[in-house]
Amino acid sequence: MTEPLLTVDGLTVRTGTGRELVSGLAFEIAPGERLGLIGESGSGKSLTTLAVLGLLPAGMTVTGSVRLDGTQIVGASEKTLVGVRGRSAAVVFQEPLTALDPLMRVGKQIAEPLRRRRDLKGTALKAAVVDLLEQVRLPEPDRIARAFPHEISGGQRQRVALAMALACDPALLVADEPTTALDVTVQAEMLDLIDGLVRDRGMAVLFVSHDLAVVAKVTDRVLVMKDGRAVESGAVTDVVRAPREAYTRALVDSARQLEAALDLDLGDAR
Amino acid sequence: MKRRSSLTLWTGAVFAGLVVLLALVSLFWLPYDSDDTSGGRLTGPGGGHLLGTDKLGRDLFTQLMTGSRIALQAGLGSVAVAALLGVTLGLLAAFAQGWFDDTLSALLDILIAFPTLLLAMLIVAARSATLGSAILAIGLAQSAVVARLTRILVKRVLAQDYITASRTSGTTWPRIVAGHVLPNMWPTLAVNLALQFGLAVLAEAGLSYLGLGAPPPNASWGRMLQEAQATFTTAPAGALAPGVLLVLLVIGVNLVADGLRDVLDPTARKDRAAA
Ligand SMILES: Nc1ncnc2c1ncn2[C@@H]1O[C@H](COP(=O)(O)OP(=O)(O)O)[C@@H](O)[C@H]1O
Ligand SMILES: [Mg+2]
Repeated sequence: MTEPLLTVDGLTVRTGTGRELVSGLAFEIAPGERLGLIGESGSGKSLTTLAVLGLLPAGMTVTGSVRLDGTQIVGASEKTLVGVRGRSAAVVFQEPLTALDPLMRVGKQIAEPLRRRRDLKGTALKAAVVDLLEQVRLPEPDRIARAFPHEISGGQRQRVALAMALACDPALLVADEPTTALDVTVQAEMLDLIDGLVRDRGMAVLFVSHDLAVVAKVTDRVLVMKDGRAVESGAVTDVVRAPREAYTRALVDSARQLEAALDLDLGDAR
Repeated sequence: MKRRSSLTLWTGAVFAGLVVLLALVSLFWLPYDSDDTSGGRLTGPGGGHLLGTDKLGRDLFTQLMTGSRIALQAGLGSVAVAALLGVTLGLLAAFAQGWFDDTLSALLDILIAFPTLLLAMLIVAARSATLGSAILAIGLAQSAVVARLTRILVKRVLAQDYITASRTSGTTWPRIVAGHVLPNMWPTLAVNLALQFGLAVLAEAGLSYLGLGAPPPNASWGRMLQEAQATFTTAPAGALAPGVLLVLLVIGVNLVADGLRDVLDPTARKDRAAA
């Protein structure tokens, strides 16, 4: 049995005033495995992903253990963390606009991790950037590489963010609500894209969403969070078909209702 | 919107440019030697002297030209001191947490509340009344303002998602500061530094007016104003001319700052990138 890529054990995050935001969370992700993290807004999903990379806001205290690719993250020095980030795990965030530097051309932002991780320069670097933009299926990669973030659409920005994460060639891709800010048709494409790219590379995925339907499309296993605690976990199909907790059942129902409501709204609009 | 801002920028550039031109020409050519008193006292405009002479018989226009040099030196020098010191302190404060940040912020608040004039008098007392002392005093006072602004700007940029995104890929802090933080705070900082330039020119004129700026043979506009004050009713040109240039330069620089605000705005770049 190989060692898991990510082992979180007894992870607890507190504010400076001692309020617990994440409590005693435990889960594992094996190399190449996919785990979904779901829960209502404010349940501590984002804090959990930040804790995995040692990126919690200053002032918060963390206890417990996060072992990522053999390195203990909790209490690690910035130097250790810089070495682990990108190589072991990279992140795609929810808001595609704010996750890109507004003053830097898209190509340069993708080039940053490429240069560092693969030691590329000059034309080889340019070619690698264009190649990545093609892999996330962006049209006219040359033009997009020269564009500033506000010159491309929200869906395109999120693909760029995905390309930046892939440029790090991480063992684990952390996706924090990567499709929440996108409209429904773009969402489905984005999920397919992530699914395919991750499969090709054999990457492990930690996929965060408040929407069970979205998580079900990408991952096989889910962990349900409420108020900073894990309330239920298991195979996606089991959890959807037979939720054991009332909270999970509510999530399943709301996912169904939301889908139904969205369909109806779209129908009315047309 | 775009056109209006570039009109502001150009008007300002022309105003300030006139003074810059005077200063540049003065380096190679002056109508008279600065200590040439052959013109007779307080003669009116005309008769070989474009604007007349001062109470010692020196050519007013010559003095205005050398004065423009001092005004620009004061502005550039003070802003250089303020930018260097202010940005460094601001960065330190923004990155430091806890007591260092608190202490530095408190110190900056005190320095900002401290009257520039009093600071200048202290520095002049410790050194001597030179242009350098005036620049040091003004630059120090302004560096507190720049530091406080820098601290806020840096903190604001550091809270952005793209900084976290960059950190998740393992970028080191020095690279993040050089690649993301400084470029993103630069537009706001540049506008502020342009405003500080105008304020520094005014402050130097004020110090010279009080005899705390560049010492006599150098013609500072502030001292020209002061010297011409007593004879304002009989020979108004001596006071009006430096006053007008002072206003021209300060308004010009402020207009440039205002125009820069729009030109450096990232969303305004859309037009340029598309063009
Ligand atoms: N910087 C912070 N300071 C204090 N509380 C925070 C901070 N960030 C998040 N929280 C709180 O932590 C809880 C979990 O937040 P988060 O992990 O962002 O939730 P989710 O991603 O599941 O929507 C929320 O109640 C939120 O208000
Ligand atoms: Mg979140």
